[in-house]
Amino acid sequence: MEAIILQILNGLDKGSAYALIALGLTLIFGTLGVVNFAHGALFMIGAFCAVTLQRLLGLSHQIVDETRKDFLGNPLKIDVPYMHEWFGPEIGQSIIEWSVPLAILFSIPIMAFIGIAMERGLVKHFYKRPHADQILVTFGLAIVLQEIIKYFYGANPIPTPAPPAFTGSFDFGALVGFDANTIIYPYWRLIYFSFSMIVIAGVFAFLQFTTFGMVVRAGMADRETVGLLGINIDKRFTIMFAIAACVAGLAGVMYAPINSPNYHMGMDFLVLSFVVVVVGGMGSLPGAVLAGFLLGIVESFASMTQILDIFPGINQIIIYLIAIIILLTRPRGLMGRKGVMEE
Amino acid sequence: MTEQATNTPIAKPKAPPSIVASTGFLGLNRKDATLLALVVVLTMLAPFILNPFPEGSGMAQFNAGYPDLMQRFVIFGIFAIGFNILFGLTGYLSFGHAAFLGVGSYAAIWMMKLVTLNIIPAIILSIIFAGLFALLVGFICLRRSGIYFSILTLAFAQMSYALAYSVLTPITGGETGLQIKATDRPILSGLEPGEIGRANFFGIDMRTSYELSLGDWLFTFNAGYYIAAVVMLLSFYLSIRIFRSPFGMMLRAVKSNQQRMSYTGLNSKPYTLAAFVISGMYAGLAGGLMVAMDTQVGPERMFWTASGEVVLMAILGGVGTLIGPVLGAGMIKYMENIISKINETILHQWFAFLPDGLEDFVVSMIYPFIGKGWHLTLGIVFMLVVIFLPGGLVEGGQKIAGLFRRKAKTDDTPSKTPAE
Repeated sequence: MEAIILQILNGLDKGSAYALIALGLTLIFGTLGVVNFAHGALFMIGAFCAVTLQRLLGLSHQIVDETRKDFLGNPLKIDVPYMHEWFGPEIGQSIIEWSVPLAILFSIPIMAFIGIAMERGLVKHFYKRPHADQILVTFGLAIVLQEIIKYFYGANPIPTPAPPAFTGSFDFGALVGFDANTIIYPYWRLIYFSFSMIVIAGVFAFLQFTTFGMVVRAGMADRETVGLLGINIDKRFTIMFAIAACVAGLAGVMYAPINSPNYHMGMDFLVLSFVVVVVGGMGSLPGAVLAGFLLGIVESFASMTQILDIFPGINQIIIYLIAIIILLTRPRGLMGRKGVMEE
Repeated sequence: MTEQATNTPIAKPKAPPSIVASTGFLGLNRKDATLLALVVVLTMLAPFILNPFPEGSGMAQFNAGYPDLMQRFVIFGIFAIGFNILFGLTGYLSFGHAAFLGVGSYAAIWMMKLVTLNIIPAIILSIIFAGLFALLVGFICLRRSGIYFSILTLAFAQMSYALAYSVLTPITGGETGLQIKATDRPILSGLEPGEIGRANFFGIDMRTSYELSLGDWLFTFNAGYYIAAVVMLLSFYLSIRIFRSPFGMMLRAVKSNQQRMSYTGLNSKPYTLAAFVISGMYAGLAGGLMVAMDTQVGPERMFWTASGEVVLMAILGGVGTLIGPVLGAGMIKYMENIISKINETILHQWFAFLPDGLEDFVVSMIYPFIGKGWHLTLGIVFMLVVIFLPGGLVEGGQKIAGLFRRKAKTDDTPSKTPAE
């Protein structure tokens, strides 16, 4: 029992990342009808927003401390971060340590800008072209984006620690009445899960309860009619693209402490996220979220040693295997609608 | 669409002249025969053409006429030709073609490790295995079309990669891959004890090269390259025949309107499956040749970026055209090898004629695109091609040729459809 709960918990954080990326992919697909292969790159850029902010906050300058000497007797040079100077050592230090959560605020304008620039500058010209062309051009864009990041940040993963308050683990088992030390779970993963739930709920609430969201949903159902009613649906869809980019970016920002960001993390997640979208059902938002968590948890179960003893290597292929089975038995995915991508 | 189909009686498609006049040289019409002859001449003279700069000169690093790179040109050419038979004719975008290449490679290396070091049985075995694997994958994947097909093929390729990397380690050698080792004793080889086996073609070692020195120029004629080139020419000829055959016509019908095709009572599945298997066998052939040239294989050959690369090649050259994929493959492999070799010092040499400040500026502007940044160049070129030249380099060439032709005679030239 404990093992099962532990695996579910382990699957949640990866599942959250899948769900967030798949949600953004589905938003773009549902509104604009574009298959965005550059979405993984947006996730990666989000993670590098966290890296950038961490570096910016950590900027320091050298001052010479006359009171302390190094071993040669020269005055010691020490690096003093600007944050320490401006806010005092304690507050300054905690600002530096909290750079990842702060990067949420930092990344939203950046991701929104990238999203709008991408839609207006590139994707807009591909609405009338075949899906294969859309896949190819966004695939090219993904290569370009990740190479730019590689040029500036290098090819190695960059460790981006979470705030020290969240670095530890806690005993989830003791909390819900099992024996102590059976279910240990890191704080940050729990935070990642809660954060992604908030983002997902926010996106759904935005679509469900605001006038803007209502218009967007109407536009998803019948773009032409909404346009004929005198609503500038293109502008709203551009904003939805920006929101989807922000969702991917936020998923990336918060994922940075779990997995040190490197330039190809986007591609790694992209392939899986597409599988998630297809399993969930192309164009279905709840399907994307559901499939994201489901596949995350299934993957985590497949990594259990008991299961690996029976089916060696199953954890590597389980997601693809499920995707193949689902696509062949339920061609529209778990919650797919009729008439999406069936031409 | 449906209305159209009912209103206009389905005209019997006029057989294109190429099918009617398939009695010319090797069953090709004049245009195709010229194209084939051109490709034959180019591949046979490649060691000359790719080495235009004298040895030791500053431009010598742009020479591509060394065996390793030339072999890769033709092998990836085969891979891209095969991919084009699927994507170019039927419009099914496979994102998992590298899996067949990998299967072919593994089959070939086992043949060489266990039975004989002659490359012919190895290559035949790799084609058979890749074909069988493609039959299985295609049978399942072709039940869906469009983006679903792409994702399914991607899923299969990733699965093969993951399996080759982990569980199948006894067969695939896992992360380190497989090489021909000193302990391998192929039964039909008659190796001396302790001798490491080398791939050969009836006794001709793949690495045998004849070097011809003409003045400052040095040309290398490599046995492996010529064998691969002959195979490439054969597969190119076969692809022309497929393009011009009634079968190729059927595949184009699948691409332009599958629904209408099924309304006329034709089942498109056997045709697409046949195209998929042929295309997989081409990939297997390329994989087998790769092993024949370097006698090693690793799972990274099946990774999905390798599948993406062949897509890039076909698109860059011109998908659906005969020569396009070969051009694209050559271009990408050339860029990979040559652009990634340029470094900052070389750039400074080139721009030494500029004033110092300007020189540094120009170099720093170009620097991100060369050396390790060649993927960036590739991505940008690829995006530009998809945006402005959906027909690839071939369409670009036709447009330029069209410009000159219009200047020559001003009377109305009917707008040419992109090459099939």
